[in-house]
Amino acid sequence: MSEIATTPSGDIGLQREAVPLRQIGWLERTLGPENYRIVLGLSKTPASIAGFALIIFFVLIAVFAPVIAPPAAKGDPYNIPRDGFKAQPQPMGAEWKVRPPPLPFWWKPIMKTDHWVHIFGTAQGQYDVFYGIIWGTRTAFKTGLVVVIATLLIGLLVGSISAYYGGAVDNILMRIVDIFLTLPFILAALILAAVITPRFGRSLLPAILALVTFGWMGYARVIRGDILSTKERDYVMAARVIGVKDSRILFRHILPNAIFPTLVLASLAIGDVVLSFAALSFLGIGTDIGYADWGQVLSFARNWIISLDEYWYIVFWPGLTLVLFVLGWNLVGDALRDVLDPRMRGKT
Amino acid sequence: MTTYIIRRLLLVPVLLIGVTMLIFGMLQLLSPVERSALYVRDIPKNDKVIEGIIKKYGLDQPMYVQYWRWLVGRTDQVTGEREGGILFGDFGYSRVGSQPVADLIKTRFPNTLDLTLWAVAPVILVGIWLGVQAAVHQNGFIDQAARVFSIVGTSFPTFVFGLLMLLIFYANVQWFPPGRLSEWANAIVTSDGFRTYTHLLTLDALLNGRFDVFLDALKHMVLPILTLSYLSWATFLRVTRSSMLEVLRQEYVTTARAKGLHERDVIFKHAQPNAMISVVTLAGFTVVGLMGGVVITETVFDFPGIGKAAAEAAGALDVVTVLGFALFNGVILIVANLVVDVIYAVVDPRVRLS
Repeated sequence: MSEIATTPSGDIGLQREAVPLRQIGWLERTLGPENYRIVLGLSKTPASIAGFALIIFFVLIAVFAPVIAPPAAKGDPYNIPRDGFKAQPQPMGAEWKVRPPPLPFWWKPIMKTDHWVHIFGTAQGQYDVFYGIIWGTRTAFKTGLVVVIATLLIGLLVGSISAYYGGAVDNILMRIVDIFLTLPFILAALILAAVITPRFGRSLLPAILALVTFGWMGYARVIRGDILSTKERDYVMAARVIGVKDSRILFRHILPNAIFPTLVLASLAIGDVVLSFAALSFLGIGTDIGYADWGQVLSFARNWIISLDEYWYIVFWPGLTLVLFVLGWNLVGDALRDVLDPRMRGKT
Repeated sequence: MTTYIIRRLLLVPVLLIGVTMLIFGMLQLLSPVERSALYVRDIPKNDKVIEGIIKKYGLDQPMYVQYWRWLVGRTDQVTGEREGGILFGDFGYSRVGSQPVADLIKTRFPNTLDLTLWAVAPVILVGIWLGVQAAVHQNGFIDQAARVFSIVGTSFPTFVFGLLMLLIFYANVQWFPPGRLSEWANAIVTSDGFRTYTHLLTLDALLNGRFDVFLDALKHMVLPILTLSYLSWATFLRVTRSSMLEVLRQEYVTTARAKGLHERDVIFKHAQPNAMISVVTLAGFTVVGLMGGVVITETVFDFPGIGKAAAEAAGALDVVTVLGFALFNGVILIVANLVVDVIYAVVDPRVRLS
């Protein structure tokens, strides 16, 4: 205070303006200024807000799946219930004749009928499209989360070892990354899934394993780059000088300071993972026929290409769902790229 | 420059060995009986015979022995005939295609190449032109439209887009059918009078002077081309735009304008060549990306290329065939990446000097 009072001009107001003081909230304190800027930027862009809205919408569908489309009393709820076995798809609004599932409580007030109708029609073999889409949302989040977490862990491990030790270790690990990147992602995943399907049987597992095996390289590269720059900081040098163990320096000093961009990237990769998973099951790899996942529901349309003008709904609804899901993640991801772009720094 | 290219060439064998090991590793996930499809056509049902085959081809031996044999094949002591050996182009026998995998690739690959070439050329030419326009008229109509298009486009899965195209342009208006050729055109192509020069159907049709066949082939490829390339359009446009914007801000462009050059010359002669440097790499990635994209596109449109064959084999769990395709694809991509890197070094002096 005394210093301000003795400035030549003596104008306290002017002084305050020249050195703006800002309240630092708990969020900024925990995340650090750089990461806080990213979060702030994301919450201010209209595109990312729309993206978050879409994502929350799908989370709600996944959480309330048993309420929106109640499963039959017996058996796995992920098996899409069938209305008979006829090949031809039934149009939207057709009545559910053979063993309809229990009615949800919201049905009568909204739909004004006493029996199930096929809201989005049925696909080939009388699988209910609506049910497949609703429970497919759960499958999407499940596979997305598992694959992202697994690839992230592998990528972090390989990338941090590579960056921290450098030299020959780095060279060998990065060449391995190159080799895994040689084959186009979807082809490589398709092949591995086909090879291991006889081992594990038809389930979610082969496709998930395949997506993990060929999905970690991006994270390894990103975290490697970030660690390489963090490694040169003074506090790392200080830790080394006082004789801290290698593993402790890596996991307690370097990683926590370098990990944030990779984490954000990974959390947004769910859209892409779900897309690849749907592509695999569209190609006929993975789950049993009739399992509720979007790619599977779409692949039913492959036999009805000629009459798609009549059966458009078997492509339209599952396609729209998948597009909206991926669009949600992409909108957030696009906003993120703008925020992370170093040329944009200081503009939010 | 020479050192750079030599360094880059040295990486090729490393990648080749790595990819063969990766694929061989996947092969090892199979049982010895399943692996015998590498060498024999029909896997017999009899246990004794199977055991004999496993012994004969050493399918129960240590991994490095098997890896070597997988590479160079096995020479019969009595007849001197060689069986197997991927280095000699013997990828085993395809159960799905009921012919050797190598033959299957030979008949299917020209179709895929035909498709990708048709998909790449418009993307590069028109994509670059649009990108330059978007940069020159920043925030103008093309620029804004491109922004919307690229975010919506990246959210469209290939197979959804493909099915949508079929729904609109085939099921409803019947303009562009799926498949490779109409029946009448197929009859002409398989007849004796039609000579095969390049195995690329569209080119062969032109060389034979059959313009109607050429048009028919093209008609069948319109939708696959669109589906294969709509994502590349967006990326090409965006990258060209941003590198063009960067170049336009530089002083030599201002100099060119100041000395009174026509704006057209400033943009196309002075600015564009320098903006193309980063686009060259992208062109390489695009070709590589398209090669991966053909799996889904060809399956959706029932187009008889290697992508559809790979998907079919994978669906039928015919692993030997699938891995043959993977190997073939891997080698092509390694070579393609090499070419891109070398071109990049030629265009951009900063790369070869650093």
